[in-house]
Amino acid sequence: MYSPLLVKPMRDELTAVGFEELMSADDVDRWVGNQEGTALLVINSVCGCAAGTARPGVRLALDNATKPDRLGTVFAGQEAEATAQARAAIPQVPPSSPSMALFKNGELVHFVPRHRIEGHSVEQVAANLVNAFEEHCA
Amino acid sequence: MGTFHQNKSELHGITVVVDTAGPEIYVGRCDDMDDTRVILLDVDVHRDGDNGSSKDEYVRKAAQFGVWKKHDQLVLDRAQVTSVRRLSEF
Repeated sequence: MYSPLLVKPMRDELTAVGFEELMSADDVDRWVGNQEGTALLVINSVCGCAAGTARPGVRLALDNATKPDRLGTVFAGQEAEATAQARAAIPQVPPSSPSMALFKNGELVHFVPRHRIEGHSVEQVAANLVNAFEEHCA
Repeated sequence: MGTFHQNKSELHGITVVVDTAGPEIYVGRCDDMDDTRVILLDVDVHRDGDNGSSKDEYVRKAAQFGVWKKHDQLVLDRAQVTSVRRLSEF
């Protein structure tokens, strides 16, 4: 596990734009249990190969006028219990981090796995999310 | 926030599809590769025709959401490898 000091800026990149950090399985259950409206869950991670564009991509996407009602995040490799619970909430997709899951009324409607992030630009990651926001959050 | 992985191949950290001269095709995260081997992490392997799926069908499905890993790590003999491509290309 990486040092909390090293990880903090990576957490802050998301909390600074309104993400709620889900630190426990109970936090995840409560967050996922609220099935009203639209919600974006980001499974954050340290690895710069993909997460280095994931977080800026998410931030850029949230500049879009149409966006999810709620934002939540777990940190893979840091809060193991919360991450496992978040993955359990989307059993239809393989574990992947970083990744992003968009829910509408409790149903998974869009998923961005790691391989759609790694090697892509910040703008490409954002565009993927914005397209989903426009389709599902309007 | 940059990568923490230095001195690795260009595809390090990238989820790749590794096809072989045989019936096996692999999807995993490339750790490193050189002229002799390809090292994959969190790897799924499919054999042509398994579950009624060709290699192409398997890769198309993998490209949607990813794969369920069967192996934490595999080291593949480069001589058996016919192509290494990013999963996101499919």
